[in-house]
Amino acid sequence: MNRRHILLPAAAAGLGALLLTGCEPNNPSDASGSDRIAVTSSEKECQVAATEAPAGTIRFTVENTGSQVTEFYLLGEDGLRIIGEVENIGPGLSRDLTVTAPEGKYFTACKPGMVGDGIRGDFTVTKAEGGGAEVSADDQKLKDEATAQYSAYVKDQTEQLMTGTEDFAKKYKAGDDDAARKLYAAVRMHWERIEPVAESFGDLDPQLDAREADLEEGQEWTGWHRIEKDLWPPQKGAEGTGADTAGGSDSGEYQPMSDEERTQIADKLVADTKTLYDRTRNMDFTADQLSNGAKELLDEVATGKVTGEEEFWSHTDLWDFQANVDGARIAYENLKPLLDKRDQDLSEKLTVRFDKLQTLLDQHKKGEGFKLYTELSKDEVKELSDAVNALSEPLSQVTEKVIE
Amino acid sequence: MTPPTRSSPTSGAGPTSGAGHASGTGPEAVGTSQPRRGISRRAALGFGAATAATAAGAGALGWFGRGAAEARSGPRPEDQIVEFYGEHQAGITTPAQDRMCFAGLNVTTDSVDELRLLLKDWTAAAARMTRGQETTEGGFDGGSYHAPPEDTGEAFGLTPGHLTITIGFGRSLFVDAEGKDRFGLKDKLPEALVEMPHFPADVLDEQRCNGDLCIQACADDPQVAVHAVRNLIRLGFGTVSTKWMQLGFGRTSSTSQAQETPRNLFGFKDGTANIMAEETDRLDEHVWVRDGSWMDGGSYLCARRIRMILETWDREPLGGQEAIFGRTKRDGAPLSGGGEFDAPDFDMPGSNNQPVIATDAHVRLAHPSQNGGAAMLRRGYNYADGTDAQGNIDAGLFFIAFVSDPRTGFIPIQNRLAREDALSEYLKHTGSAIFAIPPGTAEGGYIGQSLFDS
Repeated sequence: MNRRHILLPAAAAGLGALLLTGCEPNNPSDASGSDRIAVTSSEKECQVAATEAPAGTIRFTVENTGSQVTEFYLLGEDGLRIIGEVENIGPGLSRDLTVTAPEGKYFTACKPGMVGDGIRGDFTVTKAEGGGAEVSADDQKLKDEATAQYSAYVKDQTEQLMTGTEDFAKKYKAGDDDAARKLYAAVRMHWERIEPVAESFGDLDPQLDAREADLEEGQEWTGWHRIEKDLWPPQKGAEGTGADTAGGSDSGEYQPMSDEERTQIADKLVADTKTLYDRTRNMDFTADQLSNGAKELLDEVATGKVTGEEEFWSHTDLWDFQANVDGARIAYENLKPLLDKRDQDLSEKLTVRFDKLQTLLDQHKKGEGFKLYTELSKDEVKELSDAVNALSEPLSQVTEKVIE
Repeated sequence: MTPPTRSSPTSGAGPTSGAGHASGTGPEAVGTSQPRRGISRRAALGFGAATAATAAGAGALGWFGRGAAEARSGPRPEDQIVEFYGEHQAGITTPAQDRMCFAGLNVTTDSVDELRLLLKDWTAAAARMTRGQETTEGGFDGGSYHAPPEDTGEAFGLTPGHLTITIGFGRSLFVDAEGKDRFGLKDKLPEALVEMPHFPADVLDEQRCNGDLCIQACADDPQVAVHAVRNLIRLGFGTVSTKWMQLGFGRTSSTSQAQETPRNLFGFKDGTANIMAEETDRLDEHVWVRDGSWMDGGSYLCARRIRMILETWDREPLGGQEAIFGRTKRDGAPLSGGGEFDAPDFDMPGSNNQPVIATDAHVRLAHPSQNGGAAMLRRGYNYADGTDAQGNIDAGLFFIAFVSDPRTGFIPIQNRLAREDALSEYLKHTGSAIFAIPPGTAEGGYIGQSLFDS
């Protein structure tokens, strides 16, 4: 579970990584480069230093001299289509906007206080010498394809999660613990593959995926890990999660769930998963949401799975590990055609490092799944951790490449 | 413990004398150069007749005494003394020094007299060390050639470095795990000295938590701080056992308006809205205990060892980093505009119908205005303790806050941060403690005296 996004209202979040939407925060002191078009957004005015630019990459530096938050947009000829935008420019701050625009007529707009249509001005993109305008149109197509593919992936994974969860809940309620244990890790993989999307729903994430240590004193514990503890109960005298808030661990000995409690907790798991399923039927994504989501999946691996903290009772952390890597790889592969154009070296490096990590993971495959986390040696854990860091570092550079 | 062959006339009044005086260095020592075997600090440093004993009550000039003629540029050592005695213990409102050494200790004796004697010894040695002196006069090499030196020696020749030593009592000093009285002090257990509750996502290592006693030593020089803790531990062998120790290498907050806000290991200026030494009204309201009890004039120290997950943080885009803190990285200005010290405007609308300072931004959740006015004096330090099993850096913040009551001044705020703060995603709390910091003492008294005499 990811606590960071718990309180983000789902409507505003979409994806957990929405902190960056089309803007490049930058150092104000070097924002006055000659190739940048200075924009001054005051309370009443929107001064744009140039009203035309050649087709291709256009950079604006927007300074907010007003006393309220402002936004800046480059809009298409219809005055509606957003070519690029910078949000949340606080008073006294400067932000950059980089867009790639083909020849045509546009509007610039400052929106102090974020009200109305903004203070608009005409903007013309002239024919470029090199024909960069065509590139832009192609790139948009690549972005659209990437996000459509990813949207389909999320849809598919949530469908499988739904079916799997229903099956799992049935077995668990019926007291068929062996069958439930067998399903646990495999079904959870569908959740872990799309974790940043699932986590963007701040209400569902803690209900479905909270670990015992994540809880506040007195908070009710529900979801996958609550059932995990019941299926892999602590041995007598071997308690020790560092948590002491729920699951009967406070008094020392673990109390197995009654049939009634099982029914209650399993039904809630199914109901919450159904809500997730309903909300993910038609999600729209942006390219940076894919890249940030991939980065977050690897962060999850680094902080939860490679340390063995996620699956504290079942030790099935490597299933989650694989699923997080799967999800990150899909997002990357969806973006790859665009990234290949924007930064071939970075793209190749990512391919190599994804492969390297996968080769390592493959060494720990066992039967249909993986070794338990507790079966890994210290050296093996460190090797995995190093491979995660090696992949995460270039992966965190993708957003900058695909956001424009 | 005192070597039998000490030749200095004053050396008999070392910490173990239990006489209740800081040391044997009475006023008669001022400005004199008593002939004695062994090397006084000023002799060792080759300084001639000392001039001013600027520290109140500081008899001996110690290691740093120097003639006016020898004054060079730069800060003079005698200006680096923070007075140990006073209404409050030093090391709370003292402008935060750059280095820290902190220890949690358990008391191993059953004897309250031995405990009291230790506090007297600690007081005497601490008072001397904060003046840049050896733990006992002649402690460096003034004792017998056949006895181990009383002072361990590694701070010899170093300046006082604004050393402060702050001593505190854990809840377990008053009652054991079953609630039983340990030293006849149960009735004096302050209600505010509670056990730290479990906070969301705590991953505490019991070996880094709590303790019957604590020592906080802060100084400009890490060697001076470590020397202080080490020598107090040594004085306590047989009476106390050290449970844990933490080094801090860089202050993370300012406790005086004269100090610039430092950066934490995430590269941000945090804790801008700290209570400052100059704000005496706020100190009385939020930091000092004012209840007429033995704790009057004291405070409560809340410590948290907060591992910061540097590897994942460093991969967060700048825009995300700023949104998480709610401040700009360069200047530390709130995202609602203005400069670092301008009040954040938490209501200012931002894009997407969200406030410009996000609802889960650190600055919002930690700010007094969002916590019913609750404020604390933060005095934490950056730490780096090698690597973990995965090869990632075990580094972060050793958080220290002083409050007049942890139940209102710290626990509710930490609960909220642990639950809602966007920053929590990058943090792991691995250590935790609350200590009662008794008031200061006048020369002749000892730290904690009010507890035993009340």
